[in-house]
Amino acid sequence: MTSITASTDLELQASRDARKDAAFRLILALTAVFVLIALAAAALSMLWGGRAVLAQEGLSFFFSTDWNPVEDKYGALVPIYGTLVTAAIAMLIAVPASFGIAYFLTELAPDWMRGPVGSAIELLAGIPSIIYGMWGLFVLVPMMTEHVTPWLNDNLGTLPLIGPLFRGPPLGIGMLTAGLVLAIMVIPFIASIMREVFLTVPSRLKESAYALGSTRWEVVRDVVVPYTRTATVGGIFLGLGRALGETMAVAFVVGNNVRFSPSLLEPGTTIAALIANDFAEATETYRSALLLLGFVLFMVTFVVLAAARLMLSRLARREGT
Amino acid sequence: MSTPTLVMTEADRVAERLYRRRSIRNAISMTLGCAAAIFGLVFLFWILWTTVSRGVGGINFALFTQSTPPPQTEGGLANALFGSLVMCGLALLIGTPLGIAAGTWLAEYAGARKLGTVVRFVNDILLSAPSIVLGLFVYTVVVAQMGIGFSAIAGAISLAFIVLPVVVRTTDEMLRLVPGQMREAALSLGVPHWKVIVQVLYRSASGGILTGILLALARISGETAPLLFTAFGNQYWSTKLTRPMASVPVVMYQYSGSPYESWQQLAWAGALVLTTFVLLTSLIARAIILRKKIRHD
Repeated sequence: MTSITASTDLELQASRDARKDAAFRLILALTAVFVLIALAAAALSMLWGGRAVLAQEGLSFFFSTDWNPVEDKYGALVPIYGTLVTAAIAMLIAVPASFGIAYFLTELAPDWMRGPVGSAIELLAGIPSIIYGMWGLFVLVPMMTEHVTPWLNDNLGTLPLIGPLFRGPPLGIGMLTAGLVLAIMVIPFIASIMREVFLTVPSRLKESAYALGSTRWEVVRDVVVPYTRTATVGGIFLGLGRALGETMAVAFVVGNNVRFSPSLLEPGTTIAALIANDFAEATETYRSALLLLGFVLFMVTFVVLAAARLMLSRLARREGT
Repeated sequence: MSTPTLVMTEADRVAERLYRRRSIRNAISMTLGCAAAIFGLVFLFWILWTTVSRGVGGINFALFTQSTPPPQTEGGLANALFGSLVMCGLALLIGTPLGIAAGTWLAEYAGARKLGTVVRFVNDILLSAPSIVLGLFVYTVVVAQMGIGFSAIAGAISLAFIVLPVVVRTTDEMLRLVPGQMREAALSLGVPHWKVIVQVLYRSASGGILTGILLALARISGETAPLLFTAFGNQYWSTKLTRPMASVPVVMYQYSGSPYESWQQLAWAGALVLTTFVLLTSLIARAIILRKKIRHD
């Protein structure tokens, strides 16, 4: 008799446990799906918010440079162009510099230096972007006004072809300054990813190359870079994704001007900076236009980040085997 | 006798030239590598120096006790500091449990499932998505659709979306680092799976998960963009979650662009407090991870 109650008790207990397990598992699965929903909802909510301007402007929203909320005209080419140009300037500076830093940290630096310098670079990556923006406004802008802009005007501004890019008033603010601040901001970010990626190269490969008499540069060029190529590019794309979507570092120094100018020294704007500046005060169609711009930014960064993750995961998979 | 020497020197010269070219290239690359590292460090110290030298003059008692002043008068950042504290705290309260739950599902239940791969991928994208986009999202859903308006709770929700992917990622990684024997040992005693996770795995991965939470805190405490049109900002002391609330980064943004000296001073004081907080938090997070590593080895 007692043994029967004991076994039914046990069975009861077991089925209760099984139910709890199933409930627990379901809750966890729902939260995981929530992550998916969050991303999709973010994209859709902006597209939904942007439908009014899409109906009004159609595709010319993406190809017109006429951005004039007062006259209810919305052509977003200037902020889109500004976003791409500032990110391009940033990458032009940040990629070689980050590569150099990663090279230094994995091959050149003496052992006692690698830890502290690596940590310092990573700390730099953690500083809030608004600090970079304020530093840009108070330190970099005066320097650009006094030294860099006049020099560029005199030297590069007179060249054919690229001349118009470097002619402009010595305002200090503008797309070039924004690109510089972005570069300084993404360098530590890209450098620390590159360092991690370089560290995955098996030391027997590098040591074999050294044993054959390779110099350090040859080891990096012929062993490390080929071995890590996709992941390195992935890291660069992650940095690019950051540069494209960065708001605060840019909003301070880009100038917030929606009129098109070929010069990098003239004030311009980026999608993120325009949204940050105008969204809180915008109404109706203007708000809708900014939401649609947010959607554009989201899609662009989504593609860049997805490519980055795919390239980085390929390295992880190779490491696994 | 002389001929072989001549041949030797000819070959030697070629080898010598090649060798010299290779060492010159190597030397150039090494110089550039060192220069890049110095370049990076110079900017680190420059930015820190600017923050300290401009901010230190604004650090005083009033900074922590008085609210943001009208132009040209004295004041502090008390309301903004309080707002940041409240919104970051709420964001962690919302984001952490969700993140830990989703991360646990990824590590313990997803296995080789397609859904697991997709969630991990999407989470990684959310991790580096532009924060201003998350602000727009929360604006459309919480501020506009739900009709709450600019409010502290909307600000906290937008920050929670930044916390979420960080915690998901670290929880997932840390749980997968827990040795399989630990799970098997607990399961073989007849302990239900959920209890194994909560009482065994979480305990063993707690250091790593805590690191993730601290890193998330370091990230959201400096976030400005998503707060601009969710929490908006508030000149006065406010404790209502359904009203606009001030925060340190938003005040810094508004004040540093202003022409008033006293406002700029406050912005830099805020920058110094914020940077110190962020650096300390990430240093603590690092220390936890290091201690963990040493104990495991």
